[in-house]
Amino acid sequence: MAFGAFATAGAATEPVARKRSKIALILLLPGIAYLALFFLVPLVSLILTSFQTPSELAFGEPGVYDYAFKWENYTDVLGLYGEHIFRSFFYALLATVFALLFSYPLAYFIGVKLRRFPLVQALALTLVIAPFFISFLLRTLAWKQILSDDGVVVTALQGLSILGPEAHITGEPIAVIFGLTYNFIPFMTLPIYTSLEKLDLRYVEAGGDLYASPARTFFSVTLPLSAPGVISGMLLTFIPASGDYINASRDFLGSTKTPMIGNVIENNFLVQQNYPAAAAMSILLMAAILVLVGIYVKKSGTEDLI
Amino acid sequence: MDAIGRWFGRYTLWIYSALALLFLLIPIAYTVVFSFNDARRSNIVWRGFTLDNWTTVCDAQGVCESFVASIGVGLAATVLATALGTMIAIALVRFRFRFRGAVTLLLFLPMATPEVVLGAGLAAEFLSAGVQKGALTVILAHTMFCISFVVVTVRARVASLDPALEEAGRDLYGSPAQVFMRVTFPLLLPGIMAAALLSFALSFDDFIITNFNSGPFVTFPKYLYTAAARGIPAEANVIASAVFFIAIIFVIVSQLSAAARRKRLARLQG
Amino acid sequence: MAQGSFAEAGADLELVGITKRFPGFTAIEDLNLTIPAGSFFALLGPSGCGKTTTLRLVAGLEDATAGRILLGGKDVTNTKPFQRPVNTVFQSYALFPHMTILENVAFGLKRRKIADAIGLAHEALRLVELDHLAQRKPQQLSGGQQQRVALARAVVNRPALLLLDEPLGALDLKLRRQMQIELKDIQSDVGLTFLHVTHDQEEAMTMADTVAVMNKGQIEQMGAPEELYELPRTAFVASFLGQSNLFTGPVISSTGDVIVVEVGGRKIAVPRERAQRHAGDVTIGVRPEKLVLHTTAPKAAAGTNLIGPGRIVDVSFSGVSTQYLVAVPGLGELVVFAQNMVFGPVVTTGAEVWLTWTVDHGFGLADDPADNPRFVADTDTNALAVQKREKLEAELEEA
Repeated sequence: MAFGAFATAGAATEPVARKRSKIALILLLPGIAYLALFFLVPLVSLILTSFQTPSELAFGEPGVYDYAFKWENYTDVLGLYGEHIFRSFFYALLATVFALLFSYPLAYFIGVKLRRFPLVQALALTLVIAPFFISFLLRTLAWKQILSDDGVVVTALQGLSILGPEAHITGEPIAVIFGLTYNFIPFMTLPIYTSLEKLDLRYVEAGGDLYASPARTFFSVTLPLSAPGVISGMLLTFIPASGDYINASRDFLGSTKTPMIGNVIENNFLVQQNYPAAAAMSILLMAAILVLVGIYVKKSGTEDLI
Repeated sequence: MDAIGRWFGRYTLWIYSALALLFLLIPIAYTVVFSFNDARRSNIVWRGFTLDNWTTVCDAQGVCESFVASIGVGLAATVLATALGTMIAIALVRFRFRFRGAVTLLLFLPMATPEVVLGAGLAAEFLSAGVQKGALTVILAHTMFCISFVVVTVRARVASLDPALEEAGRDLYGSPAQVFMRVTFPLLLPGIMAAALLSFALSFDDFIITNFNSGPFVTFPKYLYTAAARGIPAEANVIASAVFFIAIIFVIVSQLSAAARRKRLARLQG
Repeated sequence: MAQGSFAEAGADLELVGITKRFPGFTAIEDLNLTIPAGSFFALLGPSGCGKTTTLRLVAGLEDATAGRILLGGKDVTNTKPFQRPVNTVFQSYALFPHMTILENVAFGLKRRKIADAIGLAHEALRLVELDHLAQRKPQQLSGGQQQRVALARAVVNRPALLLLDEPLGALDLKLRRQMQIELKDIQSDVGLTFLHVTHDQEEAMTMADTVAVMNKGQIEQMGAPEELYELPRTAFVASFLGQSNLFTGPVISSTGDVIVVEVGGRKIAVPRERAQRHAGDVTIGVRPEKLVLHTTAPKAAAGTNLIGPGRIVDVSFSGVSTQYLVAVPGLGELVVFAQNMVFGPVVTTGAEVWLTWTVDHGFGLADDPADNPRFVADTDTNALAVQKREKLEAELEEA
């Protein structure tokens, strides 16, 4: 399981699978059929919708479309929202980098330093995933209040003259990136932890034995060995973050300055009922993600995916 | 000076991690504290401490209804996803079949697809099929994205099962059905339960996909989103805090009892 | 397999022309074997030789590619494990961790709907002296106790044939010796047929009535332990079962009683009836404990072979005996086991010695040690399959 939830440092050998593929078929069919119906078909649906054109029979009523091959939907959308696309990936990238910098030491601490205390290790992990137990809407709202103009943080920073009297944090890109980073820290920490937890410390000792300084050992031994976890975490963070729209929403940490692709899609789909545009954007987003996933799969094969 | 530097060096990681963990808990603490706020219309400014919110949780309109709705949807989606996912996991580990790569990819893609895309796609499909959006579409949607996670969790458990155990079951006159019922399934149960819990948690907290596919039906996260504009009532904080504490206590208790069991075993064997 | 009935005191096992092929690799080729009812039979060989595969075929956990398996005369080749009156004691014990040991032992009985399964299970646990722990789970027992539960769980079903897959491997020496005696006792008490698979030759020889040495999917030699030890027929058996000093040379003369082989300029006689081949280049051998060490050149005597002088190259004192390595020019290094009759080794490294042994103790092999390298190649089944596949791919590429 490399990508799914946690990275493994090396797949364990599995027992030889038995024959009797008929039973296998019976076991697989319901679930796979379900996924085909509710995942593949929607994707196809999206593709078809992205080419639709406003129906001539609609008499100006929104939300009614005909099937067509209107390629212009894509160019329109790129023209209108190209900036949003760029912004989304930029924010997601920054959030990923910040999350990595924040999470790696934490994951190292829990996965390596706490090995001698398995109970404390388990409790620390619980604390890492604790945010998941509060709805992420409330988490993000909490940050909105804490970072609001009357909140503790802004007042303190203004007192220290770091922020000007008219400055705010919420509504600025920094707030959105902060929110994204915070919400995805567990996604980054857990895979790195899993990799580091399996790290054989004797490698680190060998590094020291072979005259490497602690810093050198870290970069030459520890970091490469934890690479699967790091890559897993980065993908698990970047992909959902690029499609997120809660953090950037005006009701939460964002403003009119910070809309991301997700906001655009939501707006087009649910408010404007401009399904083709929303679908085209979704497909573009999906395509970009698939490129990333494709590179990853090419490098590690499909066996380790789940 | 050097000694302080060294002391600092040794313990930097400890200090950093403690601070990091505390940082992670800030919004949780905020939410819990404000559940005790004597709020009027909006729960933004601290007015005073009160237990009223906790004692009269369902007074705020829509809070309890959406909570119950989320529980219902969660249970339904969990049952479906766990059943479908467990079967797939068993097939993946214990059987040889072609198209294994394609199946794995199909299971993996929902986890890699951004929620907006999943949500919009499903909504588009329901639209063209003429299906009314409501509780049913939400359940169908949740089941879909939970299956992959169930497969990942159960598969790990199935792979770790010693095949010799099932062979022993067959060697001891168990028919295939008996071996499954009496050996395989009981041993898989912890993994299946973990998958069910994960599935429920994912369903309960889901917003984006739900938002696209619920129409008039309101789940707890959807309630929070729509209430965010005008101000979320403190009672919502109460529900969220209650869920948090139940979940945390459950996890901690299971960690402690696992540790206690390990200690007892070590003493018996040693 | 009739429900609820017990087999009577063991049954004959017959393997006829059994072949088992895995993708890219043949584990067993045309194996024929008969195990008489009520005997303790050991299948001995290195890892990867096919002995575990044979066991699993008999248990029904694998399907044979070709051939028949007969149990008490009945063809069970196509039956499932739960239809065969055969039980297995697994190498890892495979005790069900979610059941008490009592439930473990009663499992087979309950599946066959035997009356009073619990009572019989208690009895079986009493047989292995674990009834007082009946309510414990397997993880709460020590390795030796788990082994006994695994045995009880299999024996309680009174199977026609009991299969043991290296069951004593995980136990320490003392416990292993104890279990060997217990197993032998239970087998003769209850009168079951035991098929014991192991790579430990000492275990096989002490416990079994009949030993079959298996190598690369074939049975090289089968017989009573003494017979195999004193008269090995192939180089593999000679080296796998204990140690042997082997010499290869041409047969220079033969009489009615002996053949004489020339090795390194010396003439060595081997009894004709103990030699598999009587002409051409043959390999002959003698066991290390049959060699007598002399510090002065002894007189040639009838009925003994004499070689020497040689030099002591290594002395290993192990308490009960001393192992000497003697380099004899033209013959290479010979191993000599000398019982510790005095106090410790009698000669030191570098000393000049002569070796003699009774002609009757020598043996002649059917093949040559050159066919059998000193280090048995990596014989893990998976590794073998991978090697075969790589070889096939390499051949394909060249073609």
